[in-house]
Amino acid sequence: MINEQLEKIREEALKQLSETEGLDRLNEIRVNFLGKKGQLTGILKSMKDIPPEERPKFGQLVNEVRAQLEKEMEERKAKFEEAARNARLKAEVIDVTLPAKKNKVGHKHPNTVALEEVERIFTGMGYEVVEGPEVEKDYYNFEALNIPADHPAKDEQDTFYISGDILLRTQTSSTQVHEMEKGRIPIKMIAPGRVFRADEVDATHSPSFHQVEGLVIDKDITFADLKGTLAEFARQLFGPETRTKFRPHHFPFTEPSAEMDVSCFKCGGKGCRFCKGEGWIEILGCGMVHPHVLEMSGIDPKEYVGFAFGVGLERIALLKYEIDDMRLLYENDIRFLNQF
Amino acid sequence: MNSSKSWIKAYVPDLNCTDQEFFDAMTLSGTKTEGYTRLDKNLEKIVVGQIKEIAPHPDADKLVICQVDIGSETIQIVTGANNMKEGDKVPVVLDGGRVAGGHDGGPLPEEGIKIKAGKLRGVPSAGMMCSIEELGSTRDFYPDAPEEGLYILPEDTEVGADAVEVLGLHDTVFEFEVTSNRVDCYSILGIARETAATFNLAFNAPKVEVKQEADGNAADMISVEIKDTDLCSNYCARVAKDIKIAPSPEWMQRRLASVGIRPINNLVDITNYVMMEYGQPMHAYDMSTIAGNRIIVRRAADGDKFTTLDGQERNLDKEVLMICDGEKEVGIAGIMGGENSMITDSVDTVLFEAATFNGPNIRKSAKRVGLRTDASGLFEKGLDPANALDAINRACQLVEELGCGKVVPGVVQVGLPIKPLKRFALEADRINKLLGTDISKDEMIKILAKEEVEYDAQSDEVIIPSFRQDLNEMCDIAEEVARFFGYDKIPTTLPKNSATTGGISFKMRVEKKAREIAQFCGFSQGYTYSFESPKVFDKLLLPEDAPERAAIRISNPLGEDFSIMRTIPLNGMLTSLATNYNRRNKDVRLYEMGNIYVPKSLPLTDLPDERMQFTLGFYGEGDFFTMKGVVEEFLDSVHMHGKVSYDPDAKKTFLHPGRQANIVYDSTVIGYLGEVHPAVCDNYDIDTRVYVAVLDMPYVVEHACFDTIYTGIAKFPAVTRDISMVVPKDVLAGDIEKMIRQRAGKKLESLELFDIYEGAQIMTGFKSMAYSLVFRDKEKTMEDDEVNSAMKKILNGLESMNIELRS
Repeated sequence: MINEQLEKIREEALKQLSETEGLDRLNEIRVNFLGKKGQLTGILKSMKDIPPEERPKFGQLVNEVRAQLEKEMEERKAKFEEAARNARLKAEVIDVTLPAKKNKVGHKHPNTVALEEVERIFTGMGYEVVEGPEVEKDYYNFEALNIPADHPAKDEQDTFYISGDILLRTQTSSTQVHEMEKGRIPIKMIAPGRVFRADEVDATHSPSFHQVEGLVIDKDITFADLKGTLAEFARQLFGPETRTKFRPHHFPFTEPSAEMDVSCFKCGGKGCRFCKGEGWIEILGCGMVHPHVLEMSGIDPKEYVGFAFGVGLERIALLKYEIDDMRLLYENDIRFLNQF
Repeated sequence: MNSSKSWIKAYVPDLNCTDQEFFDAMTLSGTKTEGYTRLDKNLEKIVVGQIKEIAPHPDADKLVICQVDIGSETIQIVTGANNMKEGDKVPVVLDGGRVAGGHDGGPLPEEGIKIKAGKLRGVPSAGMMCSIEELGSTRDFYPDAPEEGLYILPEDTEVGADAVEVLGLHDTVFEFEVTSNRVDCYSILGIARETAATFNLAFNAPKVEVKQEADGNAADMISVEIKDTDLCSNYCARVAKDIKIAPSPEWMQRRLASVGIRPINNLVDITNYVMMEYGQPMHAYDMSTIAGNRIIVRRAADGDKFTTLDGQERNLDKEVLMICDGEKEVGIAGIMGGENSMITDSVDTVLFEAATFNGPNIRKSAKRVGLRTDASGLFEKGLDPANALDAINRACQLVEELGCGKVVPGVVQVGLPIKPLKRFALEADRINKLLGTDISKDEMIKILAKEEVEYDAQSDEVIIPSFRQDLNEMCDIAEEVARFFGYDKIPTTLPKNSATTGGISFKMRVEKKAREIAQFCGFSQGYTYSFESPKVFDKLLLPEDAPERAAIRISNPLGEDFSIMRTIPLNGMLTSLATNYNRRNKDVRLYEMGNIYVPKSLPLTDLPDERMQFTLGFYGEGDFFTMKGVVEEFLDSVHMHGKVSYDPDAKKTFLHPGRQANIVYDSTVIGYLGEVHPAVCDNYDIDTRVYVAVLDMPYVVEHACFDTIYTGIAKFPAVTRDISMVVPKDVLAGDIEKMIRQRAGKKLESLELFDIYEGAQIMTGFKSMAYSLVFRDKEKTMEDDEVNSAMKKILNGLESMNIELRS
């Protein structure tokens, strides 16, 4: 009798489960049959009406039914949950081509981009990055660089003067002297910084611009080392295919001196509008440190030699990024800056 | 420095290369060539024609019909020119040919002008007879050309010949960039010598011989005295008589014209020619104007005035060197002669001068008297004293050759003795060691010989020619060897021994971090000038006694707007923001990392303090606290946030009085931030709120740190207490927080303001504030009692600040 009742509950429950269509209804069924006041719990209360010897068997039977129902319910629950998740995923389809929500990060100035490139290359070769004063003594800017008073080279670099022997440095070469005076050899340094020349502002001139000076002092440094170092610099800066050409030139603080051209990185040296058909672009000045310069800074030119070079940062930035007007670098229009 | 190829070839006859080959080779051997211009560019099919017949045009008054013999045939040409007569020989461009420009002498079109046979007012015309302008030149260079009309060629010109050849236009002019050390290359001979060495060809310098056919002796006609040998080390004088002023010959005119010098007459042309050829300026005086047959070289007196031959009166002073005769000044040494001794067409006897003046003095004098000439431009480079005698003799030779006059025997030369030639050891091993090469000594000697540097085997010394003032020691010789050995043949290696670690300084690391943080926060980097206008201080409303007004002045600025070194970085920032605002760029955020220049005293006797400033500025989205957030992001990133506080009493006149603060680190002011004062915004034409922050980087660098020590992640639960209070409006959140932190003890993990409110339900003059306090003990679960006692201390503290708790 009671067994039939149990069987009926099982059948009814399975039937209802098979007809369920959602998690809510499933819960209802669970409460209805397995809950504290549910039918299966109810039937357990009838245990007292059956003979004690049959009770274990009956109890086992009830547990079987419970287990079966629970299993069934779990399965259905999993099924419903999966269906619900699938439905949600389906409803949540977005148009991935809509605009991105970008964190509006700022941008580096092209001068800094170029400077960091130069710094990366030379620090990688063991160079120290040093700085020197922008307002400088005549001695460091000229005299100690073998440009004595009345030297015609002073005319080539129209200088801003402050008073007496104080001026705005016209070249970062002044930093060489400060480093050499420290007397720590070997020296391998680059010195980036702002320099000043009395040029009116136009598309290719600015009264203030930036240079990076390089200096190496040691025993047995050669012009060949200078060529090799700068050729490597050019390859790292403009690409591995870059070729370099050294032309004799004159700077008072180096002898022999040279200017370095690189093969045009736009046309590869074939000649184009960018390199004015020449296939080469002038990049920097360099040379072997003049013995007078070493001597004046207390370094014995018989024992030590070195090379130096100076490169214009704006020149590199203008060339690399094809900027056609230098004034853009100092007006700071955000539409310009955001391109770097 | 310009030179035509044909002029160079006069001394290097075997030179045979294309213009581009010449350009490339010279540049690689160190005579940098800027570019070249072909004089026969766009001149095609132009021959010498002879006008046989001129007849009127039936339908045009201003045109005539010419029958022109061009050698192979006679063609008919209609022209509007009227300066020719039958029998004249003229340049004729034939059908299908090309000329360089129009007859008006305007700018030359890139492709020239194509000429085709056609009809002019119904009459066939088979070509065009040319003016000098149509041939791409001007009357300046062909002074015999008419002001308007055809260029008439000399009578003896061969009919049918290449007219471009006849005119000397099959030539190329090269523009050289001569470096300041190579004074000798400011001469055609110098360039020719480099050419010969570069191409390994013979160099034929002019053979100078003066016949001296006049009677007498120069020494009897002129005496020279140099009073200031510091400014004039050498003075040569020669005399020529029976001068006949006439045009100089074609070849001389063409050479002068090719380098941009206008032919005038034989005498002037000779001095200009020698100046170009030898790089030695010369002057010619009319001997009849030289009083007392004396030349005295001496300084002028302060306040002297002198009229130069261009008719201008010049003010002199005691540093200006003058050429004087027995009575008066006759020329400004090395710059320009005087009107009073000028050569005229009636001149009979000429005094030539070739001297060596002190370069720097000439440069300064030219600036002071406001007159820079070709001559002064050369003198200021510091000329070779040995060159003057060669040049004056060459001029005299040309006087004879051109039939310009008769040269009086003898040269009057006074001054300091010409120094003997420099000699020093060759040191071939050191040269190779410096260059990183393995060039034999013999090869070096051969290379040097090309540059006229001789080698004395006995003393193992090189002997330097006088014109090479730039060769003084081993390294100079090394460059000569390297130049002609070929820079390209020197190997490329890397330094072998120099073991260094390299890297950037701590200061640069901190600055780099600042740039990174600014960029993360949306700020782009600007660069502005270090010098600005003194008006900036007024624009920023700085009081008269503001220390920022003590700025360094540039003594020779480009203008008032660039005349002082900045002492405050805001003008650059506000100017850049204004540029963006004016161009309608939205939400602009900029930063700059640049120096200000703080003088220790004025006028400057010592170098100023250059202080790196990290300046931020923005308009658009955001407010004061956005800027404060950026500052804190940065200070966090260099581990300085803990000790930072904000003092609203910053007293910045250029900032909003109620929205500004000094940024204080451990009682040192390291910067400030705030909203820009609306009056300042007005001064920069920015019609919106602008926020700025400035951090004085030297202070930041002093306290910055990149080391991190990890603290354990809390294991025990936290206790949170919220307090809500009514606060008098003028009490600062910073002060409340400072008090809470002090009283809460070490177990206060965090303190967060989660609500601030003014308005309805709050009494006027008060604000409602609510903080959430989180306590935590790292060792154990926090006891309520402990929290309660901390809270009690805090509440007492609030009471002492007249702050009431809200129920």
